[in-house]
Amino acid sequence: MSQLAQPSRLKSRSGFIERTLIDINNTLEQSLFAEKIAHKKGLLQALDARLKVIAMLMLLLAVSLSHQLVIIAGLYTGALILAAVSNISLGFFIKRVWAFIPFFTGIVALPALFITPGPALAHLPLGLVITRTGALTALFLLLRVGTSVSMATLFVLTTPWNSVLKALGVLHVPDVLILTLGMTYRYIHLLLHLANDMFLSRKSRILRRLKGTEERRLMAATSGILLGKSLQLSSEVYLAMESRGFRGYPHTMDRFQMRWFDWAAGLVVVLLTLLAIVGR
Amino acid sequence: MDQPNLTRQPIFEASQLCFVYNEQIPALDHVSMMVNSGEKLAILGSNGSGKSTLLKILDGLYFPGSGSVRAFTKILSERALRDDAFNFEFRSRVGFVFQDSDAQLFMPTVWDEVAFGPLQLGIAQAEVIKRVEAALLALHIEKISDRAPHQLSGGEKKRVALASVLSLSPEVWLLDEPSAGLDPRSAAWLIDFIHSQTTVVLATHDLRLVEAVAGRIYVIDENHRIVAEGTTREVLSNHDLLVQANLTI
Repeated sequence: MSQLAQPSRLKSRSGFIERTLIDINNTLEQSLFAEKIAHKKGLLQALDARLKVIAMLMLLLAVSLSHQLVIIAGLYTGALILAAVSNISLGFFIKRVWAFIPFFTGIVALPALFITPGPALAHLPLGLVITRTGALTALFLLLRVGTSVSMATLFVLTTPWNSVLKALGVLHVPDVLILTLGMTYRYIHLLLHLANDMFLSRKSRILRRLKGTEERRLMAATSGILLGKSLQLSSEVYLAMESRGFRGYPHTMDRFQMRWFDWAAGLVVVLLTLLAIVGR
Repeated sequence: MDQPNLTRQPIFEASQLCFVYNEQIPALDHVSMMVNSGEKLAILGSNGSGKSTLLKILDGLYFPGSGSVRAFTKILSERALRDDAFNFEFRSRVGFVFQDSDAQLFMPTVWDEVAFGPLQLGIAQAEVIKRVEAALLALHIEKISDRAPHQLSGGEKKRVALASVLSLSPEVWLLDEPSAGLDPRSAAWLIDFIHSQTTVVLATHDLRLVEAVAGRIYVIDENHRIVAEGTTREVLSNHDLLVQANLTI
């Protein structure tokens, strides 16, 4: 396995090469970290990936259709409990889900505070009034988005990437698309390692900070080499597939097996979804 | 070590093969050779001599500009490989291990990689599972069967690449620079593995590997022509020939 440069050592200099190396490292580390969680022993990790896809979609439906704040809050609490019993650090999980939601959803939710008609909840300077209905609408929106993102994050964190892709078969995603996505992920890793090595090799031969034009030239040259290598590799990969009998359409199989606790978990999800929808 | 035996059944018969990349770069110049069943044959040549191209032609991946190849006495051509029955027979009987394991390991996990070949040949899933488990055990990689290729070391990648072909149970192995990038322990293991197979054609410039496994050798020089053919002892004792082919100094 390729050795990656340590980002902490690189942060002291903020040149173009260093920044690129840090970005590559962060990407690879995040992917390794996610895979590590997916291979931990935990409740969700033990469940069939196909069941998790369907359960996630049903729960997303329940969150969208429910008009009871308490039900959505209950589903969110459920997501937190599932994270805890799946060996995911709650601090990490909450941060990952909520880091960007206030920014993106907040922009949408903010006007609702003021423009939704209803009794006044708070008076702000400049004559702005937050209505009670507006606050409730914004809260619904934030909680719905937060709970939905939590469900999706739980699925992605507790399922190895190859199982995530294979599980898409249950939604009738074509085999050829699943295979292509899997290969893309696999070779992105390889090309990232290659790019890492190329930038490290450049860094070892550069004695001063590069000018803007030099950085752009370096970036263009590196991109060109990577593109050339990826084209060469893709043609070799195709030959390797052909050599083992591939004739244009892939034949695949999965080893998923539904066990009693998968069925039990499925039943719980169905009941929860019905409860959330009926309870609206 | 096996010795050449003319009574053995011919597996490949290549006659006057010429191959040019992009109509400019020559790779093979009137190459003729024969591979018999049960022999370990080495194609010895320096980098860029055309030995990998020759292996790809023998595997029906490239097709020569001129000349012909027979595999199992039948003409090996693009048209012949379009026939389902011939394609199935040929791909089941001939396995190719690429020099760059990263090109060969394209599936998300080791298990999927080893299962890929048998699945493409339409083998029943129960049989595929049996073959995969057997190949993983034979190459001692059963414990890494759920790993992704980017989580493997160079030696592990080579074992997985071999397992991905072993699951096809081929009669003939085509190995392209099989010892490239291997540590001494993996290289020693590879020698044992090659000995355990019946018919092997390896393209390499690793003289130690050739000495350890091959019974017969073809030497390709830097002009992309076969300049010698003989037993391993005959070829490796010809120092001038090896220098001329840029295989030693």
